[in-house]
Amino acid sequence: MMKRWRWSIPFAIFVVLLVFLWIGLGRDPSVVPSPLLGKPAPAFRLAQLHKPGERLQNEDLKGQVWLLNVWASWCVSCRTEHPLLVQLAKTHLVPVYGLDYKDKPEQALAWLVQNGDPYTASIVDADGRVGIDYGVYGVPETFLIDKAGIVRYKQIGPLTAETLNEKILPLVRELQK
Amino acid sequence: MIPELGHFALILALLVALAQGTLPLAGAALGESRLMELARPAARAQFLLVVVAFACLAASFIGNDFSVQNVATNSNSELPVYYRFAATWGSHEGSLLLWTLMLAGWTFAVSVFSRHLPPILLARVIAVMGLVSVGFLAFLLFTSNPFERLLPAAAEGRDLNPLLQDPGMVIHPPMLYMGYVGFSVAFAFAIAALLGGRLDATWARWSRPWTTVAWSFLTIGIALGSGWAYYTLGWGGWWFWDPVENASFMPWLTGTALIHSLAVTEKRGAFKSWTVLLAIVAFSLSLLGTFLVRSGVLTSVHAFATDPTRGVFILAFLAIVIGGSLILFAYRAGKVGLGGNFATVSRESMLLANNILLVVALASVMLGTLYPLFLDALHLDKISVGPPYFDAVFYPLMAPALFLMGVGPVARWSHAALPELWTRLKWALGVAIVSALVLPFVLGRWTPLISVGLFFAFWIFASTVETLRARLAGSTHRGLMAKLTANSPSYYGMLVAHVGIGVFVIGVTLVKAYEIERDVRLAPGESVAVGRYDVRFLGVVPGPGPNYRALTGTLELREDGRLLETLKPEKRIYNASGQTMTIAAIDVGLLGDRYISLGEPVGGDNDIGGAWAVRIYIKPFIDWIWAGAFLMALGGFLAVSDRRYRLAVRRKAAAAWDRLRSGAPAD
Repeated sequence: MMKRWRWSIPFAIFVVLLVFLWIGLGRDPSVVPSPLLGKPAPAFRLAQLHKPGERLQNEDLKGQVWLLNVWASWCVSCRTEHPLLVQLAKTHLVPVYGLDYKDKPEQALAWLVQNGDPYTASIVDADGRVGIDYGVYGVPETFLIDKAGIVRYKQIGPLTAETLNEKILPLVRELQK
Repeated sequence: MIPELGHFALILALLVALAQGTLPLAGAALGESRLMELARPAARAQFLLVVVAFACLAASFIGNDFSVQNVATNSNSELPVYYRFAATWGSHEGSLLLWTLMLAGWTFAVSVFSRHLPPILLARVIAVMGLVSVGFLAFLLFTSNPFERLLPAAAEGRDLNPLLQDPGMVIHPPMLYMGYVGFSVAFAFAIAALLGGRLDATWARWSRPWTTVAWSFLTIGIALGSGWAYYTLGWGGWWFWDPVENASFMPWLTGTALIHSLAVTEKRGAFKSWTVLLAIVAFSLSLLGTFLVRSGVLTSVHAFATDPTRGVFILAFLAIVIGGSLILFAYRAGKVGLGGNFATVSRESMLLANNILLVVALASVMLGTLYPLFLDALHLDKISVGPPYFDAVFYPLMAPALFLMGVGPVARWSHAALPELWTRLKWALGVAIVSALVLPFVLGRWTPLISVGLFFAFWIFASTVETLRARLAGSTHRGLMAKLTANSPSYYGMLVAHVGIGVFVIGVTLVKAYEIERDVRLAPGESVAVGRYDVRFLGVVPGPGPNYRALTGTLELREDGRLLETLKPEKRIYNASGQTMTIAAIDVGLLGDRYISLGEPVGGDNDIGGAWAVRIYIKPFIDWIWAGAFLMALGGFLAVSDRRYRLAVRRKAAAAWDRLRSGAPAD
């Protein structure tokens, strides 16, 4: 009996491994949650795209729920989500602020003229430092920030109608109460 | 028409494989020799059909048939013809077809080189390989059909991934698969032994050459992958403990343990169940590797496009093949018998220690590779495990194994005496210690780790010399040539392979110790001193390539004012995909490489005629890493060329035996 048990050990180990591999199939290893969730949104104080003389800082936005959308004129995938943002802006459900990431202002402005401007204001992050603070590693990214300035949700990659309707907007309504 | 022909050939191959996998097994169980005799012809028919299928796919690629989905996604009419051929296996579907071709090929080889195997054993071995083929053919046909049509046809293909447009990448998958798939033979022998309930020294003698050849190919395949990463990725690195690299390294570690374990089983009848388990594990790891890179459970630069259906299919296949084998092992391993006895200090005990160390190393690599998956599956955390873990765990485990490599060949079977070992090896130990302490100062810098690495390398060299010296001294032949030729090729195979490991260790130790990396900004005409060299940048000019635009830089390498070499690294922007590749310029040398690659233009406005960020690496002794690997593989091939396995010799022996049995006078 003792001997029998010994020979079964390799099979037992394999079964455990199999279970983990099975669970692993359902998980996406490339989805990395943001460490900023639940933490205060990193501070910024940047010039505005449309009013280069004026600055906008994160303190100014406390007291409201808002979206920070990281975009750039050179970003191809941004075009896929942009119509959604334009539509969202029209509903006035939540203000959207743009972070123009590593971009040239003239090209950014031209891009907004061409594709529509959903942003209450866009700020210029020419060297990408604010992007680094926010942990941006791929454009577009969208952050949902609450009245106290805490990051509540991060979307990596273009927004989809499902994510907006199923995840972000319910959270917005929740936080606006 | 041709793709449909290939598709049809695959379907037929599946049917033949089904027959091949079941009928001979039934025949073996029932003692029906007619069913058992189906094994060989079935194996050959399956091989032929898979060759036809592969040829059809290759023809579609070479002929630029963009109505085939796979060709449209992975090829391009501007692609040179040899890369169009290689693109056949440049995708998930194509590489699976290559896997299947290799498997059919190995089965065919077994059906040819097996005159002297008992029919029951042969029937079981071929049947087991047939069952594995069924799995792969079904996987191909139901989830990954390479002959899927794209209608209407694309006007032009999307081009082969530029990373794959390279001679190293062309040969790397075939060599790697020869190894992975080759372990299926050892696996099949192990299953056949378990089914038959018997395992003896002759079983080990039949298994050994197949396992050794597979191992040698795997060694070459891994070395090629490492060398390719070195010169293509532009960072001068040659091993990253990437999950897919580990997926090939784990079967290699198991295979190394297996070839040593088989030696003991053949010569001493010991380690039987252990050897069977290792054979199952080696091939299981090959299959697991296939799963890991195609299912999306791990992120890696190597991972193929993923699809949940495929992942589920492979997982089910893994469960059946590996689970089934291990259940069979649980039931039958006790029956195949334990082995001979041996003393605490003996060659067997050292080989056992070698096996244990290799298996623990294997388990550590496996743990590191799968740990991110375990944590994610338990919803605990998202982490990645990288070189710090693997380096910390792997090197300390290999150190004692390297030491034993010197002692094992000198130790006697069954019972070795420590005083005798000391007498034999003390001067080798001395040589190793002295070299390890003195050489770093000659080379420029001393740290403890350099000495450790050098110690093991010279220990292996010196003890190998001692092994050979003692063998020649104890030989009863007269004259050096007679003494040398008296030893079998398998003996020299062992020596060469072990020396290969020593060469490898030197490469790794010295490159890590003495490499120099500089990332500098250079304007045309500017120079920088790197190590004892002087590098002068002469600017970058654009130029055309067959299917890309090239930006070629010119750099002059000087030592003491003397021009050694002019190096031309490139940046290639591929026409079809728009992807950019960094092609390094390497001045290869016996004592090290000088490696230069282009970064980005750093002059204003991306001016390519202006200043550039240039990476310059001095890599001492780095080619010893791959030279060592090739020596290991050479040792393996030498070992297999031994007379014991040679067909002609066995035919003669069999003929003589037949004559003896029939009463005719002996030769």
